[in-house]
Amino acid sequence: MVPTSYFLILSALLFTIGTLGVLVRRNVLIIFMSVEMMLNAVNLSFAALARHFLDLNGQIFMLMVMVVAAAEVAVGLAIVMAVIRNKDTTNIEDVNLLKG
Amino acid sequence: MFLFVVFALIALAAAVGVITSRKPVYSALFLLLNFATLAALYIMVEAQFLAAVQIIVYAGAVIVLFLFVVMLIGGGELDDIGGRNKKFLARLTWPRGIALVLGLGLLVAVGYGLLSGQLMTATNDAAAFGQGSVQAIAAVLYTDYALPFELASILLLVGMIGAVALAQPPKKD
Repeated sequence: MVPTSYFLILSALLFTIGTLGVLVRRNVLIIFMSVEMMLNAVNLSFAALARHFLDLNGQIFMLMVMVVAAAEVAVGLAIVMAVIRNKDTTNIEDVNLLKG
Repeated sequence: MFLFVVFALIALAAAVGVITSRKPVYSALFLLLNFATLAALYIMVEAQFLAAVQIIVYAGAVIVLFLFVVMLIGGGELDDIGGRNKKFLARLTWPRGIALVLGLGLLVAVGYGLLSGQLMTATNDAAAFGQGSVQAIAAVLYTDYALPFELASILLLVGMIGAVALAQPPKKD
């Protein structure tokens, strides 16, 4: 059996890479993908801890996270398409309508 | 243990590929690889049902949606991670430097917290766990979590309506 902490460290690494992607990249699609990666990293730690404590509640939470991620992707990509239709760009630096 | 190392390395390499690729299509395909290896890791932690859900929902739906959008807007090269011929340090502008330091700090903090913690022991009693089967999950989901389950369905409905509403072309007055 692989120790639970190894899964958690892998999860932390994936989450960190996702965070770096959100902070560094300026393309809205790549940022979206990084957010998905972070959600998946959290899911991995849920799964590992569910096994560690032999508690299925963690897996239920994973299911809920997946539902939220699916809804988020559907709405988010629709917003991306709306932004592209209005501004013709995917760079978030160019989307500054709310800036005073 | 060997399998874990292999899958972990593939997942990390795919994750790095997602955030360093110049073309969005490559990023989406790296993300697919990342999701697939995560599904394999779910199987290693006795979450077989969720591994199947991971493949169906993420690889089947989310990635396809991403690829649709990338294809719709054209998957040209992005220049937001610097030109191809610039040196690494020249690309390291100050927001990226701060992001790098913050990310590495987060990593060190989490890694230290985990390695000094109590989670180094492995449990072997997977039989008491229902093997992550559909039956075991359903028994919990449809009793203790019946209300969140219904709310999740409402959330998906709202998400669907929102996506359709947002994707409408603007009306001409």
